[in-house]
Amino acid sequence: MLVGAAASDPWVRWDWVARHGDDIWAATRQHVELTLIAVGIGLLLSFPLALLARRWRWLQSPILSVTGILYTIPSLALFAMLVPWTGLSRTTSEIGLVSYTLLILVRNILVGLDGVPPDVKESAQGMGFGPGRQLLRIELPLALPVILAGVRIATVTTIGLVTVTALIGQGGLGQLILDGLIRDFRTPLVVGAVMSVVLAVFADAALAVVQRLLTPWSRR
Amino acid sequence: MSFLGRVVEWFTTASHWQGDAGALHRLSEHVTMSAGAVVVAAAVALPLGVWLGHTGRGGSLAINLSNVGRAVPSFAILVIAAQLFGIGWQPAFAALVALGIPPMVTNAYVGLRDVDDDIRESARGMGMTGFQSLWRVELPVALPPLMAGVRTAAVQVVATATLAALVAWGGLGRFIVDGIAQRDFVQVFAGAVLVGALSILTELALAGLQRLIVPQGLRTRETSKNEPFRALVAGEMATEMRVNP
Repeated sequence: MLVGAAASDPWVRWDWVARHGDDIWAATRQHVELTLIAVGIGLLLSFPLALLARRWRWLQSPILSVTGILYTIPSLALFAMLVPWTGLSRTTSEIGLVSYTLLILVRNILVGLDGVPPDVKESAQGMGFGPGRQLLRIELPLALPVILAGVRIATVTTIGLVTVTALIGQGGLGQLILDGLIRDFRTPLVVGAVMSVVLAVFADAALAVVQRLLTPWSRR
Repeated sequence: MSFLGRVVEWFTTASHWQGDAGALHRLSEHVTMSAGAVVVAAAVALPLGVWLGHTGRGGSLAINLSNVGRAVPSFAILVIAAQLFGIGWQPAFAALVALGIPPMVTNAYVGLRDVDDDIRESARGMGMTGFQSLWRVELPVALPPLMAGVRTAAVQVVATATLAALVAWGGLGRFIVDGIAQRDFVQVFAGAVLVGALSILTELALAGLQRLIVPQGLRTRETSKNEPFRALVAGEMATEMRVNP
């Protein structure tokens, strides 16, 4: 159908890269936007879900199963199921991308909060902390390393999945990859792939720094 | 007729199931390709991960492999494989094998590393050789995390096999990719349902397999609580969480 490797086509034609700096920049920006929105909304949804699952233990299994099923459905299939309702749009991509962050984030928030030692909680109660203040001032800070580890996995995973949304007309750097595939031209394909990896590595490193800054006590 | 009504009609139309472009043939392509890729990937990854974990060598390699694997988009791997191997099943197969390896290496490594030193020493004390200890003691104990890696890999392979329709190969992804191209969203939706069902079945089947092969004495509370879908990220979390005390 689409592909046939042209032997003479070099992997990267730098003159193309030089001429398309604006396109590459625009694709990168869209990629970052799609990722930030997805992880942001993912976090906003995951916190209440995790807190519900913690408050009422019987909810834990259904919440983890449903988010697990969402995580298991292949991204392209999930996007495809949404298309009849939300069209080939940014909304479709975001619903799909957010769905994939939920399992990772909910799980890590739960595991992080569960890891707070019981005597620490007792001390907080003994000092007169109510449940809300205890959560915000004691439990969340202590759970932060594990939660941020989840944010890192979710972010890196999302950056990879954004490329797939090119097939529903979004895609950020995925557009370059798809473009290279359709035109059988290696340069945009390689640029899109490399930039996506660079973005993932950069985001992971940046979040690692955030993790260090926010949890100074866990430095060794 | 409503959209979902038309989807139901799609599924109940015999011609959509028959022939080389029918759902049954596409399903068998998808399953054959995925199973083949997982088996080849496991044949490479599991011995490597087990050996690294048993000897305690190459730890950072084993752990970082799956982090790197996560950073490289599967879509990109597939498209680059098509440039390297041309069209047909070869690029899809190569890409799927490459995708399946990292989670299995990492989880096998972590599983073997996490075996209690006391258990190893007991095996030694009973006069077992290094290999006997590995085969009869460490491997069974490490089986749950190792299987979590296999499940993660298998579900990812099944998912990515959907994208293989883009590099001119068959599989269930054809319905989605062709449907989008033709703006035939009924076909797109039907394909998506088939792919989603196959992924969930894969996860459930491997969870069942795990239950069968993990020895009864080792089904700790934690393992038996490992419901389907939950173990998906358990392996990844195990590696991520070692960073934190």
